[in-house]
Parts: sequence; structure tokens; C-alpha cells
Amino acid sequence: MILQQLVNGLTLGSLYALIALGYTMVYGVLLMINFAHSEIFMAGAFVSLMSYKKLSTFLPPTEAFVAGILISFLFCAALAVVIERVAYRPLRRAARLAPLISAIGVSIFLQNAVFLWISDQSIAYPQAFEVKHFQFLGAQMNTLQLLILGVSLTLMLVLQFFVNKTRLGTAIRATAQDATTASLMGIPVNGIIAITFFIGGALGGVAGALNGMYYGSIKYNMGFVPGIKAFTAAVLGGIGNIPGAMCGGLILGVLESMVAGFIPNGSDWKDVVAFSVLLLILLFRPEGLFGRRVPDKV
Amino acid sequence: MKKGAWFGGVALLLVVPYFLQTTSFAFVIRLFGIAGLYMLLALGLNLVIGFVGLLDLGFMAFYAIGAYTAAILAIHHVPFVLCVLAAILASTAIRVIIGFPALRLRGDYLAIVTLGFGEVVRLILSNWDGLTNGPKGLPRVGETIPPASLFGFTFSTNLHYYYLILVCVLGAIWICERLNHSRVGRAWVAIREDEIAAELMGVEVTKQKVVAFALSAVFAGLAGAIFAHWEGFVTPESFTFWESVLLVCAVVLGGMGSITGVILGALCIVMAPEILRSALGSSFANARYLLFGLSLILMAIYRPQGIWPSRRRTLELRPLEPEDAPQETLYDAEQK
Repeated sequence: MILQQLVNGLTLGSLYALIALGYTMVYGVLLMINFAHSEIFMAGAFVSLMSYKKLSTFLPPTEAFVAGILISFLFCAALAVVIERVAYRPLRRAARLAPLISAIGVSIFLQNAVFLWISDQSIAYPQAFEVKHFQFLGAQMNTLQLLILGVSLTLMLVLQFFVNKTRLGTAIRATAQDATTASLMGIPVNGIIAITFFIGGALGGVAGALNGMYYGSIKYNMGFVPGIKAFTAAVLGGIGNIPGAMCGGLILGVLESMVAGFIPNGSDWKDVVAFSVLLLILLFRPEGLFGRRVPDKV
Repeated sequence: MKKGAWFGGVALLLVVPYFLQTTSFAFVIRLFGIAGLYMLLALGLNLVIGFVGLLDLGFMAFYAIGAYTAAILAIHHVPFVLCVLAAILASTAIRVIIGFPALRLRGDYLAIVTLGFGEVVRLILSNWDGLTNGPKGLPRVGETIPPASLFGFTFSTNLHYYYLILVCVLGAIWICERLNHSRVGRAWVAIREDEIAAELMGVEVTKQKVVAFALSAVFAGLAGAIFAHWEGFVTPESFTFWESVLLVCAVVLGGMGSITGVILGALCIVMAPEILRSALGSSFANARYLLFGLSLILMAIYRPQGIWPSRRRTLELRPLEPEDAPQETLYDAEQK
């Protein structure tokens, strides 16, 4: 039973972690909560479904599904970069509330664009391949869960390598540490910020596609709750901290499935628990489990 | 002259609805009543967002707490005045409890805490069947929330509630106006403009923030209690995150810190969908959120001071002449 909930929790948690990376990376370079990130996640689900439907008319389902995920990877990355360019860059030097309000505006806009022009109902997300169930140490598992875990862990490892070992990654870390100094060292700060949004958006898009497949249906407002939870995960791990966001996501996912599994009526209360974790962490340890306390800049 | 305009406006608001009552425009009375409730809420939220500069994304939670407190008490035949007082007390008390730890946080963290708290309240309301009857809302079958009554007079029509709300809104405007020009109001504006400088000047930052936070909940509790009595039922669906966001829109679009602006903003968010619906057909009314989203982005970029900016802010905080402006080097290395 514990193992069962652990498996479910890790699957859920790896999705949270993928979304959380988008929040945490943007926060790292811009010190801003990208409120529209949950809508990028939602867009990822819709784009992957629509391209799957188009492609599966002439491709075998599995290939169409993989292509759909790749398309949503690219589309969401581009979407995030466009959002940054249009809604956030003009506000770089504005008061602190301004970008946040603009981000809420983007979020409302995207959600309602899908609501009005695509669908205001849940849409079924077909299974692109046959999901096989099997037993593992007494726990029910299936190939879909393995796929989600595999894809997200691979992406996280690639990201970890990219940020720590490549020149571009070094530039991102330098920008996060001190943008002014980084620009003096010849780092094109605006480009680096765009790359950060690109990566965050891409990961969010993949998470959206996998999430749609996992739950079997998607809706225009599907981003809100996972978005908040992923943000919780980012805060839990210390916002701005990339490995922290991954751990935070996994911890939150496992915690949530334990609550759903072991407390009577737990599935009604699991959201309350997740939000309460967010509140408690913010109130008592805002720097997160792995973060450092950053003093206010004067 | 200005005073004359004021009295004229109030007289118009008092008299016109009385004669609309029997015409086909009677629905306007109800609409203005609803707009009045939103004005109360927006004025309360303005104390926090506009004056102190703290973004609150879960303000509806305190409206909900007020409405549910009033509904639960009214079902048990508690008089209207006591319901209102209890609603105000409950929302203010909870606001202070959450405020003390939360207000130490920086701006965007505070926004998330309030958002999270708003969601927790809504989820508790829809899951705690014993107290709130879950998603079905109050009153339960067989119970009723009696209409409000004050000094033996029973508020039974929309017009009655319109007048009640009008009096409350005028009172709220007066309170906000007095606060704005008091020591407290100046302290809040100082915190908004520069927290660290304000603290160095002797403003007790955390205490002042808690005061603003608590006062805003008074407005929300009052509005909630009136809402519960007027509608006769409450459900968790009335207090979603999007309602909180609409209120933030009202404050931001109208002009943060400007009382006239906030009143206009609240009027806009209630009236815009109605006007759009009659002008462009009902399908277009769904587009209101889309337009709000777009206008939030555009306002943030092109007109951050709002439709009707706070005059004080423009007078006291004129932008620097270009040659005096500090040389910013952050992020703009490429553009030069």
C-alpha cells in the first residue's frame, strides 16, 4: 500500500517538478513569479492533443504521440519567449507589482482564449499506445507511469547537465547571480532571459502533454491547480534553486498521494493539504528546504 | 462647486432608482446594488493594494467568511445587526491571524500566500459538510435566511437593499477619504513608495500593514453579510479565485490608491459584461475575462496609474526630469 502510493506520488511529483522548473528558473533570473506558466502547461496539453489528432491520420499512433510531444515542446517554448517579449520585457524596470499584474493578465487572456476558441468543456485525451499493467513488489504499475517518470527524469538530468556544464548554462547562472555584472562581462542578458523562458516553457509544455495523457482529459482551466502546486514545489525546494525544485516536486507529489491514500476522505482534502504546505513553508521557512536566505536589496 | 456636484450626485442616486422601480429598467437597481457590493470590496482591497502597495490575490476569502458567518447566524434567527457585527469580527480576526506572519513576506510571496489562503478557505467551505453544507451551500433544505431588518424595518425589495448598500458605500468612501489624509494614510503611502525608507523615518511598518489588512477585512465582512441576507443563500462558487482577480482588476484599472478610480473600476467590472451583452449579443459576454486580461497587460505597460489616477500621487511623486533620472544599467546593456 505504501509502495503503491509512493509510485503514484512519484509519477505525480515528477510532473510537478517539470512545471516547477519553469517557475524556479524564471524566478532565478528575473526575481519574478511567472503567473502565466500554468497556462503554458495547459497550452502544452492542447497543442499535443491537436497535433496528435492531425498526425495520427497518416502516422501510427505511437509516432504521432511522440511527434505531438515534440511539437508542444517547441510551441510552448516559443509561447513563453513571446510572452516574455510582449508582456514582461517592457516592465523590467517598472515597480515590482507591475510585471505580476501583467502576468495575471496573460494568464487570464490565454485561459479565456482557449475557453472561447477551442472548447469550454473537457476534451478526452486518447491513449496513444496500449498501457500495460504489471505488478512490482506488490504495487500496481503501468507503462504510462514509467514513461512519465522516464521522460521527466531524463529531461531533468539533461537540464542539470546543461546548466552546470555548458557555457550557456554558466551564463544563465551568472545572470541569476547578478545581472548587471553579467552584462559587464559580455553576457547578453536579454538573450539569456529569453533562453530561460524557452527552457521553462518547453518543460511546461511536455508536462502538460504527459499530464493530459495520464488523466485522460484536458480542459481550459486545467493549469491552475497543478500550477499552484508546482509553485509550491518550487518554494518548497527554495525558489531559484534547480535541484530544489525537482526534490520539492517529488516530495509534494508523494505527500499528496499519501494523504489521498491513508486519510479517510483524503482525496477531498489533498488540495487543502498541498495549499497548507505552501502557506506553512512561506510563513516559516520562505527560503525553502534547500535555499539560502537572500536579504532584500536596497 | 465641487460640493454642489457631490450633493447633486448623491441626490440623483437617491431619487432616480425610486422612479425606475416600476419601469422596465427595474433590473438596473439590482445591478447597481451588486456594483455597490463590489465597490465596498474594492475600496477595502484598495487600502491594501492601493495605499500600502501589497498585492492580495485572495480577498474574496474574507467576503466568503463574512457571508458564511452571517448566513449561519441568520439561520439561527440572530438579528441582522448582530450578524453584521459577527461577520465583520470573524473576517477581521482571521485576517489579523493570517496577516501577522504573512506580512513579513516580500510582495510576490505575499501575493501567493493570500492566493493560497483564498483557495484553502474555498476548499474548506466546499468540504466541511457539517458546517457549510458543502458545495450545495447554505441554507439547507427546510431552513431559510430571513431578510435583513433594522429597527423594525424589513428589507424586502431590491430597492431597499440598494439604499442600504448606497449608505454603506458612502460611509466607506468617507472613511477611506479620512484615512487617506490622516497620519495612518501617509504612513501607508510611505511604505508603498519605499518600505526601508519608511521604516527609517519611524513608521512601524509591520504594525501599519496589519492595520491596513484588518481594516480591509471590515469592508469585506460587511459586504459579505449584506450579500448573504440579500441573496438568501451562499455557495462556495461565489468566492472563487477569479472573483478575487476581478477585484484586483477593479483596483488596478481604476487607479491604485485613487478612491474615485476604484469606484469607477468596480462599476466597470460589474457593468462592462452587461453592456457588452446587450451591445454584442450574449456569446460575447463570455469574452469579458479575455478583455480584462488584455486590459490588465496593456494597463500595466502603458498606463500603470489607472483610468483615474490618484491626484496626490501625481502631485507628490512627479517623475524625474530625464537628465535627473538615475542611470539604470540593469538589463539594458544590449539596447544601448
